[in-house]
Amino acid sequence: MSDPKTFFLDEEEIPFEEGQTIIQAALTAGKYIPHLCYHPEFKPHGSCKLCTVRIDSRTVTTEDGQSVKIPGRAAASCTTPAQAGQHVESEVPEILDLRRTLVQMLLVEGNHYCPSCEKSGKCLLQGLAYDLGVMDPHFPQYFSKREVDASHPDILLDLNRCILCELCVRASAEVDKKNVFAISGRGNTKHLICNSESGELGDTNLAATDKAANVCPVGVILHKRHGFEVPYGQRRFDKAPISDNPVQYAPVKEQV
Amino acid sequence: MNAPLPKRKLKVATTSLAGCFGCHMSFLDIDERILDLVELVEFDRSPITDIKHCSPDCDLGIIEGGVCNAENVHVLHEFRKNCKILIAMGACAINGGLPAQRNSLDIRDILAAVYAQPGRGVHIPNDPEIPLLLNEVHPLHEVVKIDYFLPGCPPSGDAIWKFLTDLLAGRTPTLGHGLIHYD
Repeated sequence: MSDPKTFFLDEEEIPFEEGQTIIQAALTAGKYIPHLCYHPEFKPHGSCKLCTVRIDSRTVTTEDGQSVKIPGRAAASCTTPAQAGQHVESEVPEILDLRRTLVQMLLVEGNHYCPSCEKSGKCLLQGLAYDLGVMDPHFPQYFSKREVDASHPDILLDLNRCILCELCVRASAEVDKKNVFAISGRGNTKHLICNSESGELGDTNLAATDKAANVCPVGVILHKRHGFEVPYGQRRFDKAPISDNPVQYAPVKEQV
Repeated sequence: MNAPLPKRKLKVATTSLAGCFGCHMSFLDIDERILDLVELVEFDRSPITDIKHCSPDCDLGIIEGGVCNAENVHVLHEFRKNCKILIAMGACAINGGLPAQRNSLDIRDILAAVYAQPGRGVHIPNDPEIPLLLNEVHPLHEVVKIDYFLPGCPPSGDAIWKFLTDLLAGRTPTLGHGLIHYD
């Protein structure tokens, strides 16, 4: 019997099975690595970059006796396979700063007016920002001006909050087999579209019970007539910070 | 032993630009702790004093609300010029807040819809006494340099207290779980 394979996450030994990515092994072992576009039920996507870690940094001694740290390569832990003996840095100041910047970029890109958003308190982007201690937006606001799509009887789309994680796209194609959503455009014009001739959600066959209608980590895909149901103070991230729960999705199911 | 130096009280100025005064109400939610606070600070220009303009030697400027009209810009510049440290308090000051939802609309259409419809007046108010609106609402840091940001809509009294006591003690203010909120 061979020894179980392990790698090191912030100096802590983490076991893994062949073929697992770093984030899969870490979450299985109960160690939280921040993530937005990663979802255990779907193939990794690699767009949010929040799960970025540093791999195999080393410290060398120069000729004049000084210790110099050579940073290892930065990699998305959702797409990088775990390897035995690997040294992975996640909760280190440099990586936390990087994640803070990424969250600030997402926050200024959309219209994230949390005070009036139905997802506030259970939004992964917001929970992550709280956990990272993001106090300021740092960048100028983009002030996105996309139209709200309220054409569907049960579902509402506010595209100004979309972070392009493509979870709805993946869920609709892979689970629901309906291909309701897609991403269109390039660069900063990239946006979520609906697969109907009119381009409206109401003309697709999306149902409120579909996986795609319940997987959005932020406040884009919302169920009509179901806003502000949980009292302030009892919402998900009022009760515990996001990092308390290594896997953010399973087995929590959104109430419909 | 030397007698302790007489402590100079820090001068604090506050104002509301495109705000709702909710952040100031939340400030007052520190309740009786305001008695501890006035041992350490004195209030300069503020909606709770009668001082019309900032003294040139204010230590702290606390501003709620974004920037939505020309007068807001003047007041913000006055604060930046006269306060050593400027704090953007609340969601509006930080990212424009809910008033910035008007940014997706044309300002003339908004004014016409409110003031120039049958039964609601005949024209958009045009007296030079009234400050002109800007095309878009802006957060403070797009107009002047801001030193600290205190998120919340509004930040709770406890968050404001933690923030100010950290700052007055010379620490970088941090709000842990439960105090940091954007809503």
